Amino acid sequence: MGALQRLAPYRVVLGVLLLVLIYPLLDRNAGHINAAADAAVFILLALGLNIVVGFAGLLDLGYAAFFAIGSYAYALAASPFYHVHVPFWPMLLLSALIAAVFGALLGAPTLRLRGDYLAIVTLGFGEIVPTVFLNLPKYTGGTNGIVGIDQPTFFGYRFGFNPTPYYYTLIAIIVLSVIAILRLRDSRLGRAWLAVREDEVAAASMGINLTTTKLLAFSFGAFFSGFGGALYVSKLGVVSPDQFNFTVSFTVLAMVVLGGMGNVFGVIAGAAILYEFQTLFLTDLSQWSHNLGHAWGISLLTQIDFVNLKFLLYGLGLVLLMLLRPEGLFPAKRIRAIVTETVGEAERAPALGAEGPGVETTAPPDAG
Amino acid sequence: MNETTGEAPMPGGLLLDAHGVTKAFGGLTAVNHVDFTVPEQSVVSLIGPNGAGKTTFFNVIAGLYRPTGGAIMFAGRNITGWKPHEVARLGMARTFQSIRVFANMTSLENVLIGMHSHLKADPVRIVVGAPAIAAEEEAAHRTARELLAFVGLRGREEEMAKNLAYGDQRRLEIARALALRPRLLLLDEPAAGMNPEEARRLMEFIRRLRSERRLTVLLIEHQMRVVMGVADRVTVLDHGEKIAEGTPDEIRRNPQVIEAYLGKAAAT
Repeated sequence: MGALQRLAPYRVVLGVLLLVLIYPLLDRNAGHINAAADAAVFILLALGLNIVVGFAGLLDLGYAAFFAIGSYAYALAASPFYHVHVPFWPMLLLSALIAAVFGALLGAPTLRLRGDYLAIVTLGFGEIVPTVFLNLPKYTGGTNGIVGIDQPTFFGYRFGFNPTPYYYTLIAIIVLSVIAILRLRDSRLGRAWLAVREDEVAAASMGINLTTTKLLAFSFGAFFSGFGGALYVSKLGVVSPDQFNFTVSFTVLAMVVLGGMGNVFGVIAGAAILYEFQTLFLTDLSQWSHNLGHAWGISLLTQIDFVNLKFLLYGLGLVLLMLLRPEGLFPAKRIRAIVTETVGEAERAPALGAEGPGVETTAPPDAG
Repeated sequence: MNETTGEAPMPGGLLLDAHGVTKAFGGLTAVNHVDFTVPEQSVVSLIGPNGAGKTTFFNVIAGLYRPTGGAIMFAGRNITGWKPHEVARLGMARTFQSIRVFANMTSLENVLIGMHSHLKADPVRIVVGAPAIAAEEEAAHRTARELLAFVGLRGREEEMAKNLAYGDQRRLEIARALALRPRLLLLDEPAAGMNPEEARRLMEFIRRLRSERRLTVLLIEHQMRVVMGVADRVTVLDHGEKIAEGTPDEIRRNPQVIEAYLGKAAAT
């Protein structure tokens, strides 16, 4: 009974999870399952970035760096490149832990920075990490990357190139990650992240160690991208530096913003929607447009490729989002409160006059 | 840690002993060689005209600014140069002159932040969902509710702090500071923006803090009359220097203090 009651608020989520679980039985198109598995990788990335950006309020524009580190950690430890073949499952966890360590290492130099400055430095790290992998061919395979990466096995069952087992593994990892993230959010650490986002000075004065709190945010954020990285390259079989350029960081951030910063389930929805939009919808849209162009004899429509225009469309989409729904599609209650701050203040002012005897004046404190 | 300055072992009963505290910002000396002590379980007040350096002195004590010179002993330790969270964990909690509640967190969450350093949950046990953590959280929530009730915010637990009225935000800030279970409570102009009746009730509340919670309070105040009924001792700062120290009655009659205040008042 207790367990059922605790799950009650999540009935929509559980319903969606059920659909997600039977999806491969309904859709036999391997390409679609593959796209869904890739979307799941991006969901993991978005969940991780949401800890950094949504919870702790640290704007990280170089998040792909940790995705890259998790990917390369697995690729180097489970491929013919070094003739090392660590089994998949321990290496999956280890890749995430390695990414988490680098999360703290790359987070450390940024601790004193906030806002725009933090964004610029993390942007730099996001560029540096793939460049390092690119320019150390002896250790990382350079431009060619690493090929023949080990595929997972599960009690003797080989995953091979069939996307379905990857899909289910990713779903399982996402479920575990969400449970972990919800626990973190509702813990003293999650509260500390919020407090640091709200007001660092007040947080420190209440005994919160800003250094460890921020480093834990970077670390946990990177941890989940490490899972994503290891699963992504084991499915793909190859890894190369160009998979981790700025567009990855940008896309994941767009997913977090679209879904609603700070809202775990919103961020998942944002990632799924955006990924499916760019891989399936835009391809289909191009196809329709070409067909339409041929039918009506309009050459412009036959040539247009919406996949190539995706960042133009993202840009337009984000502008529209900021104008119409700045808090994201599924905002956390708290973020809605922040985004609509000016409205809140305006509503508050007249209400004060009607306050009870507890508060007589709203005069601002002396500045001095 | 066992840092002691050779010259000043803690004399019995002094909770805070600041010696020769100086803070300069570039060419401006905001606090100049101030000696200041707070005995255990007393209410001590620091007053002075606007811009006298009261808040700067406060911030130096609380670790927000590193002093340019001088030493600060608190609870038997030399805390000079400690970080704010280290000072806080040693038992010094504060409120801010311009309220700094966590605006987009609920009242309850604000108070829980004050309890942060007393909670033991570590990341690994949080992620695996150790049962001890649920019990700890439950106890913390209970304590936080009690504190909110103590400051008169019963029933407002789930309200976002920014939606609370001004006076209630001040109370919340005090509840949050109390959640730290401090030995010394620093209140920075808690009566700012309050009318005389509100200020009087606040001072009554501060007296209760001492009698019921055995707290030591250091109170910054701009208006002299507010602290007269509550403070055991009063120190007056002007232009960053200590110009007088004594009982409230002595301070009231001190010509230098009167001059500092009247001079300032004439200028504004």
